[in-house]
Amino acid sequence: MQQTNKLSPFFENLNFERHDNAMVINFGPQHPSAHGQLRLVLELAGEEVVKALPDIGYLHRGIEKMAENMTYNEFLPTTDRLDYIASTANNYAYALAVERLIGVEVPRRAKVIRTMLLEVNRIISHLFFVATHALDVGAMSVFLYAFREREFAMDLMEDYCGARLTHSAVRIGGVPLDLPRDWITNLDKFCDKLLHELEHTYEALLTENRIWKMRLENVGVLTPENALSWGCTGVMLRGSGICYDIRKEEPYELYGELDFDIPVSTTNDSYGRYRLYMEEMKESVKILRQLIGMYDSTEPQLMAHAPQYISAPKEEIMTQNYSLMQHFVLVTQGMRPPVGEVYAPTESPKGELGFYIKSEGEPYAYRLKCRAPSFYHTGLLQEILVGTYLADVVTIIGSTNIVFGEVDR
Amino acid sequence: MAQHQINYASSAGLPLALTTVDKLVNWGRSNSLWPLTYGLACCAIEMMASGGSRYDFDRFGTIFRASPRQADVMILAGTLSKKHAEFARRLYDQMTEPKWVISMGSCANTGGMFNTYATVQGVDRIVPVDIYLPGCAPRPETLQYALMMLQKKIRSESANMKNNTKQNLRLV
Repeated sequence: MQQTNKLSPFFENLNFERHDNAMVINFGPQHPSAHGQLRLVLELAGEEVVKALPDIGYLHRGIEKMAENMTYNEFLPTTDRLDYIASTANNYAYALAVERLIGVEVPRRAKVIRTMLLEVNRIISHLFFVATHALDVGAMSVFLYAFREREFAMDLMEDYCGARLTHSAVRIGGVPLDLPRDWITNLDKFCDKLLHELEHTYEALLTENRIWKMRLENVGVLTPENALSWGCTGVMLRGSGICYDIRKEEPYELYGELDFDIPVSTTNDSYGRYRLYMEEMKESVKILRQLIGMYDSTEPQLMAHAPQYISAPKEEIMTQNYSLMQHFVLVTQGMRPPVGEVYAPTESPKGELGFYIKSEGEPYAYRLKCRAPSFYHTGLLQEILVGTYLADVVTIIGSTNIVFGEVDR
Repeated sequence: MAQHQINYASSAGLPLALTTVDKLVNWGRSNSLWPLTYGLACCAIEMMASGGSRYDFDRFGTIFRASPRQADVMILAGTLSKKHAEFARRLYDQMTEPKWVISMGSCANTGGMFNTYATVQGVDRIVPVDIYLPGCAPRPETLQYALMMLQKKIRSESANMKNNTKQNLRLV
């Protein structure tokens, strides 16, 4: 039993002493390849995994509970810490859910900027995946190259919002700032550079690499049936031959107007998923190029006009008494969305990320639930790790691309 | 009387340098700080970026090690939950002396924004901390600065760790 003031080990219920020949290995929670604080209890027969039990909760911070004691705007920066590799994707998913709850329409320029930020975040996240996955499998140089490009993408985010990792770049009802000067030019340059590096560095180093193929091909095989029954989304699902992308199925922001493809792989293995990540980065570049063209034709308005929920622009607050009063109420008490519940799914770099919010008309959400893709992919480990070799466990964990901020929440 | 005086301490003299054991040992210690890859949450990503191409920690002699037995510094990067706290302490105990701890980010310093039932409100409740590093998440430059501060601290203390009381360890 856990005592209040004493920290005692949590694994008394697990029996490590065995009378048969099976060996039980405790993998994590501090394992350099466990992508955070994953603890796996692996039962081995020789080198083969017989049973795998993921143990989560080592990064549980009570984020969903915190949401019940925070006003809607207060909670937004906390969503940064869910999937901290692509923070804006979380900010956006939360903002979208609240916007659907209060029923505001975001101005077009804000939509263009948001979609740009989402795609830049997708590239950041995918580069991070390639870097860490390659590092886990043993290709150290790819890690260094991918982090080099990732820094350029993070420079773009930093130019826009000032933060490298925890962006909070999206607000409920729009975006706080217009794009800084030369941002579009830098984005264009970055797109060129990324395409060049993808072809000449990462794919040249990895795609036909003998060792890379041996380590990844037919490792972590996930059949379409399993992928569906375990609730996989994102690349895990598309890597099993099922074409499902929320950007196409249920378009949000400008994805309905944009022309891009959803790459699908039918190989069902880690190698196919790696190829998908590479292809998705190219698609992101395609989307960003189209958005650059759309940006100039938009009106400069950045925040939606809904004085009941969203503060008026600064000039109005400074000049009009009623706007100032509304702003004061919104800041001191928080917005009061109508009674109701909403679930808004988005395609985060890792899969379906959605927020469910139940509102009782109070400034605090009655219940907020985050449907994070990594959680389902962690559960999947107990299925796909069985029958593989111990050396492949790291490859498979890397291939699922899980982040513990959003698994444990 | 000697015919010509030799300044042994200068480089033009004999191939010989005079120093103290303290300085020599601390020179070695401070320039080969091997941190434990102890990524807990968001700060771990910035810690990885510090080891990546742009910030390149290797030039400080800082090479990340995956085993506590080979590590000198524990960089606690991120939120420490109560469930994980016991492991943090165990890993600290497994590190060989001399060892130092950097608490990276607000969560590790004080619990940060996560004042909840699940979070340890500051890792100094679990392990003794040498350097507190503010920010959420701190930039890699901040981590670089923290390591340089730690180097400075190591150089100012006695090579015999038993002589270092908490008072002596304080930076001037």
